[in-house]
Amino acid sequence: MRQPNNKKGPEGMAKVNKDVVKRLMSYIGHYKLRFAAVLICIVVNALAMVFCSLYLQTLIDSYITPLLQAATPDFAPLFRSILIMGCIYAVGILACLFYNRTMVSIAQGTLKRIRDEMFEHMQTLPIRYFDTHTHGDIMSHYTNDTDTLRQMLAQSIPQMFSSLITIISVFFAMLFTSWQLTIFVLCFVFIMLQVTGRVAGKSGYYFIRQQKALGDVNGYIEEMINGQKVIKVFCHEEKAKEVFDQKNEELCRDASAANSFANILMPIMGNLGNLQYVLLATIGGTMALGGVGGMTIGTIASFLQLSRSFMNPISQISNQLNMVVMALAGAERIFKLMDEEPEVDEGYVTLVNAKYDENGELTESKERTGLWAWKHPHGDGTLTYTKMRGEVRFYDVDFGYNEEKIVLHNISLYAEPGQKVAFVGSTGAGKTTITNLINRFYDLADGKIRYDDININKIKKADLRRSLGVVLQETNLFTGTIMENIRYGKLDATDEEVYAAAKLANADDFIRLLPNGYDTVITGNGGSLSQGQRQLIAIARAAVADPPVMILDEATSSIDTRTEAIVQRGMDALMKGRTVFVIAHRLSTVRNSDVIMVLEQGRIIERGSHDKLIAEKGKYYQLYTGAFELE
Amino acid sequence: MIKKLMKSIREYKKDSLLSPAMVTLEVIMEVIIPMLMARLIDYGIQAQNLGYIWKMGILLAVTAMISLMFGVLSGKFAARASAGFAKNLRKDMYYNVQNFSFSNIDKFSTASIVTRLTTDVTNVQNAYQMIIRMAVRAPIMLIFSMFMAFQVNSEMAVIFLAAAPILGIGLYLIMTHAHPVFEKVFKTYDKLNNVVQENLHGIRVVKSYVREDHEIEKFEKISTSIYNDFTFAEKLIAFNMPLMQFCMYACMILISWFGAKLIVTTGNDPVNGMSTGQLMSLVAYAMQILMSLMMLSMVFVMIIISRASAERIVEILDEKSDLTNGESPVTEVKDGSVVFDHVSFSYTGKKDKICLSDINLNIRSGETVGIIGGTGSAKTTLVQLIPRLYDVTEGSLKVGGLDTRKYDLEALRDQVAMVLQKNVLFSGTIKENLRWGNENATDEQLIHVCQLAQADDFIQTFPDKYDTYIEQGGSNVSGGQKQRICIARALLKKPKILILDDSTSAVDTKTDALIRKAFREEIPDTTKFIIAQRISSVQDADKIIVMDKGHISAVGTHEELLASNEIYQEVYYSQVKGGSEDETAE
Repeated sequence: MRQPNNKKGPEGMAKVNKDVVKRLMSYIGHYKLRFAAVLICIVVNALAMVFCSLYLQTLIDSYITPLLQAATPDFAPLFRSILIMGCIYAVGILACLFYNRTMVSIAQGTLKRIRDEMFEHMQTLPIRYFDTHTHGDIMSHYTNDTDTLRQMLAQSIPQMFSSLITIISVFFAMLFTSWQLTIFVLCFVFIMLQVTGRVAGKSGYYFIRQQKALGDVNGYIEEMINGQKVIKVFCHEEKAKEVFDQKNEELCRDASAANSFANILMPIMGNLGNLQYVLLATIGGTMALGGVGGMTIGTIASFLQLSRSFMNPISQISNQLNMVVMALAGAERIFKLMDEEPEVDEGYVTLVNAKYDENGELTESKERTGLWAWKHPHGDGTLTYTKMRGEVRFYDVDFGYNEEKIVLHNISLYAEPGQKVAFVGSTGAGKTTITNLINRFYDLADGKIRYDDININKIKKADLRRSLGVVLQETNLFTGTIMENIRYGKLDATDEEVYAAAKLANADDFIRLLPNGYDTVITGNGGSLSQGQRQLIAIARAAVADPPVMILDEATSSIDTRTEAIVQRGMDALMKGRTVFVIAHRLSTVRNSDVIMVLEQGRIIERGSHDKLIAEKGKYYQLYTGAFELE
Repeated sequence: MIKKLMKSIREYKKDSLLSPAMVTLEVIMEVIIPMLMARLIDYGIQAQNLGYIWKMGILLAVTAMISLMFGVLSGKFAARASAGFAKNLRKDMYYNVQNFSFSNIDKFSTASIVTRLTTDVTNVQNAYQMIIRMAVRAPIMLIFSMFMAFQVNSEMAVIFLAAAPILGIGLYLIMTHAHPVFEKVFKTYDKLNNVVQENLHGIRVVKSYVREDHEIEKFEKISTSIYNDFTFAEKLIAFNMPLMQFCMYACMILISWFGAKLIVTTGNDPVNGMSTGQLMSLVAYAMQILMSLMMLSMVFVMIIISRASAERIVEILDEKSDLTNGESPVTEVKDGSVVFDHVSFSYTGKKDKICLSDINLNIRSGETVGIIGGTGSAKTTLVQLIPRLYDVTEGSLKVGGLDTRKYDLEALRDQVAMVLQKNVLFSGTIKENLRWGNENATDEQLIHVCQLAQADDFIQTFPDKYDTYIEQGGSNVSGGQKQRICIARALLKKPKILILDDSTSAVDTKTDALIRKAFREEIPDTTKFIIAQRISSVQDADKIIVMDKGHISAVGTHEELLASNEIYQEVYYSQVKGGSEDETAE
């Protein structure tokens, strides 16, 4: 008995989205032949079951009763008939085996396709999508939603189809055997559905309450365990127990009620079935004695079997229906993700390896030359190559994450190749937003950005981003060895290149001290490495990519001052000869920048070198002397 | 393990016993029905006795109703028993966690404790309910049906004796082969989720390095292995239904053939031979036997799945706090003096991974002590020993002239207030949060400590002032504000020793200075330990301790250290060069 512990319960019962069903069918369509074979096998299997029920009548009325009257009973015809039944059963069993196993392939194959397509599509989505959807929600598409879909494809669909076939064929078999008793069975089924529907409704109501109470208790446990050390320091244990007991008691009450209703459903169904069975026998027997409707013992026996075969699939279908509705809702959410607009990229300027030919002209080169150029195709079919230098200019840029709220106003700035540009300002001033515009995570509302004198909208996004190295405040490493993590910056980097990059970032020393050196495996939360060490690996990762332009977003803010000195040395080495954009919390990191921009509410309010800004005694001076919190 | 878990049943023992009892009665009723039915057919319909048919019919209907009643009762008892068991289990675990020391908490991660208290308990609750209902029902049904079948006709019943083990062994083989594959699949599932999770967290990195294709490749590799394993396991499971049908049909055929022969040769005699009615009751028993075997295999899987959860729960229940009060503990802390006497400490308790070695310090009551040092230099470890959050491994630590192990834990911690580095506010109003320090504090006292911690100003700007609701984890106040509320909360305890573990890192230097000034003026008798990154936070302390890799590098005043200690100089110059030209409002 599975409990509906999916929060998105069956409230959507009423509307089953037809498009979703169609789309799901198109996935199953990849297995057209096999799926058709499955359906046929289900029909065969269901019919075998009906034959099995009907056979009792044949057995009793056509063989046992005549044989009883025969003086010398001849069992040969009975043997033949049983042999035929045996063959029918064998076919039924084979059909059952075939459809069950084939359905596994179809369901799993479909799921794999959906999962792969979903992930593939997710990779093309713009950053904006990830901003507006929580990780938990997106994750649930891969876990809950696919899981219910799996259950529906592998279990519910074949079971429902089989039940439907059984119901129809049994119904006709019953009608054929005795229409009077059939009417009785229908009435009884109606009553049973009424009763169970009511109980299921009650159960559903309490399940929702139980889910709520469970969420409440779990939430409380989570908060308390997270603060367990504080509880200890304040000797607050007794108080924490008191509230817990109260919530726990509430949950126990609701869970008890919810499970009670769910638990009694099965005995009610089962025993009502028994009751129907008994009443049928009594009525049938009475009819047989009264000679009504040509009732025989064989008919009664068969009918009793049939009525059982009729009840079971009905309760099956009502169970599965819930599952299907839940799964379709999940499928709808999955398809919604797949329908999200991908990042548009109308860029056509690409980044290529370049070399100077004998005429001193820049041309494309097959090998890596260390020299890069922008390949710029023109409308008249000609190609020009521009050397990549790393010059970035903003012209009157406005930007807002949504149309109503502009977060950057009128930003103009230029970074010459090799310059270090720093952004300073409180949280929300728009520092990170500026860097997000350079690599086109978002598109501008107004104004333009030129990169080496090319409008960045014309540059292919992949090529633009390849030319920019990014180190973020939150270091995201991936499960795998340190070697693999550094190599993430350049997938075909040799081991030597990785070592060199690590050395440049000042990371080589500590990596070599780890028990497994570069083969040390980093797991999800990377508990084995300190924040500083993780940051150094991220810097090495950027170093191996060797881009002409670097963006360092709060790269050292969560490191203590002594470690920062080491990381700083790594970064200084990395910054040499590159255009660098730095965002820093600690002003010591930005002090030696060529230009410092002080941002406030999306506007540049001061700009200039450190000495100039200190002399001006403006906002920067106040920040620098610690008179303001940056938080 | 089971014994340990059973202890949590307690007041639900009655329900736990009544449920299987009711199930047994229900099963008995259900098993009687086919037998009565056989009589109805043989003596009623065959013998053309209408009165008997109705008599039997009413008797049968009553039996079915009684069975229904028992079934409903067993369901209710089982629900109450399992919900109650889960409640007690949760409570026992939670209470034990409250007794955990810091090192117990470190041993299990927070997330793992939460999972054990939530998901694992739910799993065990479901399994428990299954056990006291299904696990009882299936074997009893099996035995009684078998018994009744023998009663009806022992020769025919032999067929069941042959069929039951075939199905039983078949199901067992399928389950035991499929189960390990499923375990593997679930591990691969975790990997898949991990890839997605990392991808979501690092989406900016992925996009910046244009590694979308690389990520897709990684994903598809795992997705393929899930497909392969899952298909393999499910195809094994797909044998269940055909096997079941095979046994059912085989029984039907055998019953039909031998039954028909027997009926004909004995002349349809229900007493000495075999009758049509009995044939039908045998068919019914065949169904009941096979169904209960099917159910048994389901229960079997459920129990296997929940076993891992049960083990994890018992781990928590078995964990004993390693910090206990000694005999006749002292409940009064005389003053705020702290003496470290050759103290060494290791988190594992073993001597190979020493975090603090041979610490000697002598701090007088009322002194202000600054502690400075890089990450991993064991600053936090040092101060956590003072309220006895951990026990020293070697040497002795005296607070108020007495070894910390001689105090009553609660009394000691009441006098040693600590503001943790990773501090938390709980969901509730600011007032409620502050009252953690002292439940009976008056509003005036609250405002007073907040003034000391420089928190009153910003609290007054909130629309609801001290009744402002703090979201879980304190997400609706800034880092600096959170730290100040936490300091106020600690001050409310009126401690003899106050420890601030990097507790003003998000507070600006000016406010930081104001807090220290308030400390000096308002609580001069309290010993204050201040761990900080900023030199400015500690330079006016009576003593500054410079920590380096678990050792004390030097102790002295700002001037002394600046003149003699290399590490201190290094930190100082890196900050002065880069940061404040020291305006620390002195």
